[in-house]
Amino acid sequence: MSNTAKAKSVIPGFNITMGFSLLYLTFIFLIPVGGLLLYTSLMSWDEFWRAVSHPQVVASYKLSFGASFIGASINLVFGFLAAWVLVRYQFPGKRLIDALIDLPFALPTAVAGIALVTLYASTGWVGQYFELFDIRIAYTQIGVVIALTYIGLPFVVRTVQPVLEDFESELEEASAALGASRLTTIRKVILPALLPALLTGFALAFARALGEYGSVVFISGNLPYATEITPLLIVAKAEQYDYNGAAAIGTVMLFAAFILLLVINFLQWWSSRRFSH
Amino acid sequence: MTTVTETTTLTLDRADVWRRATEEPQWVRRLLIGTTLVFLALFLILPLIVVLYGAFEQGLKVWYAAITEPDAAASIRLTLLVVAIVVPINIVFGVAVAWAIAKFEFRGKTILISLIDMPFAISPVVVGLIFVILFGSQGWLGDWLNAHDLRIIYAVPGIVIVIAFGTLPFIARELIPLMQQQGKQEEEASLTLGASGWKTFWYVTLPNIKWGLLYGVILCNARAMGEFGAVAVVSGRIRGETNTMPLHIEVLYNEYMFTAAFAVSSLLTGLALVTIAIKSFIEWHEKRA
Repeated sequence: MSNTAKAKSVIPGFNITMGFSLLYLTFIFLIPVGGLLLYTSLMSWDEFWRAVSHPQVVASYKLSFGASFIGASINLVFGFLAAWVLVRYQFPGKRLIDALIDLPFALPTAVAGIALVTLYASTGWVGQYFELFDIRIAYTQIGVVIALTYIGLPFVVRTVQPVLEDFESELEEASAALGASRLTTIRKVILPALLPALLTGFALAFARALGEYGSVVFISGNLPYATEITPLLIVAKAEQYDYNGAAAIGTVMLFAAFILLLVINFLQWWSSRRFSH
Repeated sequence: MTTVTETTTLTLDRADVWRRATEEPQWVRRLLIGTTLVFLALFLILPLIVVLYGAFEQGLKVWYAAITEPDAAASIRLTLLVVAIVVPINIVFGVAVAWAIAKFEFRGKTILISLIDMPFAISPVVVGLIFVILFGSQGWLGDWLNAHDLRIIYAVPGIVIVIAFGTLPFIARELIPLMQQQGKQEEEASLTLGASGWKTFWYVTLPNIKWGLLYGVILCNARAMGEFGAVAVVSGRIRGETNTMPLHIEVLYNEYMFTAAFAVSSLLTGLALVTIAIKSFIEWHEKRA
């Protein structure tokens, strides 16, 4: 039976579904992305290098990568904490909070952007208290970090939560029975098991933050060399018809995204391997 | 008497020691829950309240006037039009690609799956740029499009294309693992018993995947309506013509019309909340099943 099944599946539709899928992917995705890479490759190396290494662009890389890293780190800590609290403890309103974690996925980034800048401006509900200590959030690099933290918030929670739910309490009990303190058990037994999921969530949050545009442009103030993120520079160059400059920087961001995707795939493979035994 | 009390305290002590070794003390729990709630209140709940407060601060009449004003209404119509095109395309693509991947064995399957994930990783701004370079007036096909009086960039087709690109993975990603996990025995049984391919899909496959499909659709819908970065590059922000709702919000905000900006935002916020509610319902439904 298995032989005939292998030779010819009774299930129809392979050619049409596969054909349509590949055709659609080719036209909407492969040709356009290939087009950008080809466009960039037609530039001379000097022109490409001048575009991607201009001091203003380099300053934007530093801010984009730096703020994304800080945002993802904040999410690593608070995302782990939120996942822990949601899985292990009972408290009123828990299901509502759990559902709301996904809000940054569902809320349009432009809406998040104007909400955050209104909250954190020096006259805003939150910003006014920081103003008392002479700390500005909106229109500074702190504002960029706030926006990038916001949009990356669900990732760590949602990658750690299922792993924590499936975590076998026998392991913790064994550790406790062998005389380990609670803190030692968490550090030596639970955290290592969660490490791949934590890193996956971190990498996803970082990747999302790196390309983010909508939620940042309102709160950042977009000052060159200070609060200008790389995606904003791409938009500005495209609007000035400087396609070469925009394509060069866009290609750099595209490669950063591909590398991150490889890292994420590796982490997920590591995570599933660790889980299977 | 005394012996009984002694054993009780002894077992209590042991239970206490055990609890201390496997659980966190009460005060630690409270501290962790409190910290989490403060963080989530600052980041999730306050932005929500500030949007709704800003939208309704001056009363329902002002809110209603803001969302029915011609340019706002045009942006709502355009957004709905785009969604009406993009979501069905993504449904067809998602179901087709999941069918091919889940029901058949072929080479390069993992590559195909990673390829579908890629639009997630690419910055929306880069997505917009890609199509400006292809179809813009200074782009590769610009002269040809001009000669034939066709407009893609700074027009509706460009908006549809970039949103289709950005939301490509949503439905496929929900369906692929679901259909892989369900296998193909039920379909094979149905086909062996003489049902046609379409009938099998309609009566066997679809009922099995309907919740996953619904979840993919609402997520795809929310993201399509809210897409900003990619649309910002290709739209040209022509009022009443190429402004989707998020772009109209940006225009209003930059013109200091905050109440109107929040009023339009409140619609998208409502959509986001409904999306989350449906997602929670589906998860609750699946856990019970």
